[in-house]
Amino acid sequence: MYYDVFISGFGGQGILLAGQLLAEAAMEKGLNVTFFPSYGVEMRGGTARCTVVMSDNEIGSPIVDNPRCVIAMNQPSLVRYQESTPPGGLLIVNSSLANLDDVKRQDIEVHGVPMSELAVELGNARLSNMVALGAFARLSGSISSDEIAGALEAVISERNRSLIPLNERAIMEGVRYAGGK
Amino acid sequence: MKQVFAKPKALNDEIMHYCPGCGHGVAHRLVAEALDHYDITGRTVGVAPVGCSVLMYDYFNCDIIEAPHGRAPAVATGMKRSRSDLIVFAYQGDGDLASIGLAEIVHAANRGENITVIFINNTVYGMTGGQMAPTTLLGQKTTTSPYGRNFNTDGYPIRMAEMLAPLEGTTYVARMSLDKPVNILKARKSVFKAFEMQINNVGFSFVELLTICPTNWGMDSMESIKRIQDEMIPYFPLGVFKEKETEDYI
Amino acid sequence: MTEQKRILVKGNEAVGMGAIRAGCLYYFGYPITPQNEIPEFMSRELPRHDGEFVQAESELASINMVLGASAVGVRSMTSSSSPGISLMQEGLSYLAGQELPAVVINVVRCGPGLGGIATSQGDYFQAVKGGGHGDYRVITLAPASVQEMYDHTILAFDLADRYRNPTMVLADAVLGQMQEPIFEHGDVPPEPRKHWTLTGAANRPARHLKSLYLKEGELEAHNRMLQEKYREIQKHEVRFEEYDVDDAQLVVAAFGTSARIARTAVSRAREKGLKVGLFRPVTVFPFPGMRLCSLSERVKKFLVVEMNTGQMVEDVRLNVKGDTEVEFYGRPGGAIPTPVEVLTQIERHY
Repeated sequence: MYYDVFISGFGGQGILLAGQLLAEAAMEKGLNVTFFPSYGVEMRGGTARCTVVMSDNEIGSPIVDNPRCVIAMNQPSLVRYQESTPPGGLLIVNSSLANLDDVKRQDIEVHGVPMSELAVELGNARLSNMVALGAFARLSGSISSDEIAGALEAVISERNRSLIPLNERAIMEGVRYAGGK
Repeated sequence: MKQVFAKPKALNDEIMHYCPGCGHGVAHRLVAEALDHYDITGRTVGVAPVGCSVLMYDYFNCDIIEAPHGRAPAVATGMKRSRSDLIVFAYQGDGDLASIGLAEIVHAANRGENITVIFINNTVYGMTGGQMAPTTLLGQKTTTSPYGRNFNTDGYPIRMAEMLAPLEGTTYVARMSLDKPVNILKARKSVFKAFEMQINNVGFSFVELLTICPTNWGMDSMESIKRIQDEMIPYFPLGVFKEKETEDYI
Repeated sequence: MTEQKRILVKGNEAVGMGAIRAGCLYYFGYPITPQNEIPEFMSRELPRHDGEFVQAESELASINMVLGASAVGVRSMTSSSSPGISLMQEGLSYLAGQELPAVVINVVRCGPGLGGIATSQGDYFQAVKGGGHGDYRVITLAPASVQEMYDHTILAFDLADRYRNPTMVLADAVLGQMQEPIFEHGDVPPEPRKHWTLTGAANRPARHLKSLYLKEGELEAHNRMLQEKYREIQKHEVRFEEYDVDDAQLVVAAFGTSARIARTAVSRAREKGLKVGLFRPVTVFPFPGMRLCSLSERVKKFLVVEMNTGQMVEDVRLNVKGDTEVEFYGRPGGAIPTPVEVLTQIERHY
């Protein structure tokens, strides 16, 4: 088993937390995993990106040219990264903040999920990253939504523990939406 | 016959390499007397600077490390933080402390490191051959201020004691002179006080000592001593600039 | 080893965990990206272990605080990234000259100058050729995973103490920032007895730690003694890793993050039927030159991949047999060679 995913969006959308949660879930599943985030001055610029590689073999490069899945959480990310996924790859777009009409690729699987709107409906726009992970779990088949939700406790800080059920709901909302379409 | 005067136990029998008239001998002696007085030679580590007194490890009976130029307060910080039971003193000249090591001395003082710094101010770089120091007086000729120190191009002599005294981290800051017996006795008291501060865990103590460098001043010893009195003391006034009591910190 | 739980940590945090595991309770450092998680971790954890954390006024100060701490016999460390490591070169030279153990972590970023905070391997020369003034060497470890960030930090303390020599962990921004699961191993070699520390001349003659030798012949003898020590290190401490080199016609040589990237490229080349292997120096000083030399009896072509314009490649060329071809592929200035790029180079030179 090998799967790599690239997540990109605005700073504040919880991109890194999503990547870390995915990495934690993969580790708890017994897989090898690397999580490489953007950092430092790059983040001050307002963009956040990360790469997660999961495998049951030893992982070579934590840097990936052509991730099997790109999750574009905003318009700039869609424009910039839709080309990077290989033919047959998966592009998951936050259609609340990115225009699906701008998808140029015909040779990949594209899914629009109104992550921000679904999150707001759940009560907090900041849950869009969890909606994204739910959709990712449903569409990539690389890891289950239960496995992702199971890792929440490890990555959510002590004082926010009470928000775990809400995050779980957001993950399931992503699954539901991605499965329904 | 009753012995009335002896070499401090903290000094060994090595013949000092310092030039005739040099102030380091007296300054070393004062430090050694403090080590004897408080009986701390066996738990003291000295930090030698880069400059004439780099060789001070040849003369003391306590452990001594050599620090890179100007970094003695950082080295002393590392030692004292790791082994707070040791008495740590840095011994630095004016080029070492007030020029290349200015950041280290100011920040060690500001952190209130519980160390003692003995600062030898003779207004000149000795080891390298008499170049201009940050403490060189205006008009003073050195090998790199051959026309005399000019404030337009060289800035003004730095008064270290006055710079460090206002820092909240310092507990004892004094400037003394080694020009005549009465002043040497005052300096001795000051050096003792500085070590006492450390022994009592009060904090950062600093004693500046005005000394002579006949070789690089191009004067004999008597002229040199007169220069301290006529030129240095007016610009570098003597006194205790700050003295906090132990109780202030408890 | 007993069954242990893996934990997901950042490379920089793994350094801090390894250091504390190795008994390092004294940390001195100055903030610089991309290694800030190390001082942050230490400032959080050391007070809980009765240790000391000092945020120094500069890297000049932090390396000299380490020098002082080392002199009184404790395990201490500092960490920084390239520009800060440049400032530490003076202190490293003194540490080497005074034969003081110290651990320095360099989470390398790109240069020259202020450069940038992206990853790089541009400090290879500085690390393995001495770096500061004078004729000395720093033992240099090149981790390639978060687990090795942890393991090498522990190893660095062991090597530094055993050889009384500064030891550097030469990481890079990718290794510092990425997260991987690690095991916290229980085994730490016992700290050797230190009979040279400055702890007060109470019941013994005074000790001095110095690097100034003025008497005729003294400094030459000191240098020869240091060189003898470096030869011992070269004899006993060379470490490297190999993948698929046995039947390889082309061997990719790379360290650190580049080796990870090359590993993926080599696997893909194998899938395509190319007989390609990977040679990864784990210690870059001592450099595994003897092994490269013997490999070159059979392997006629090497491809060196680095995140710079060609530094380790010089050591590879120095060590392989004369008729061996050594090709180079590098990306400087914060660029990261991708597995596809490396694969393209493999196919080109195969």
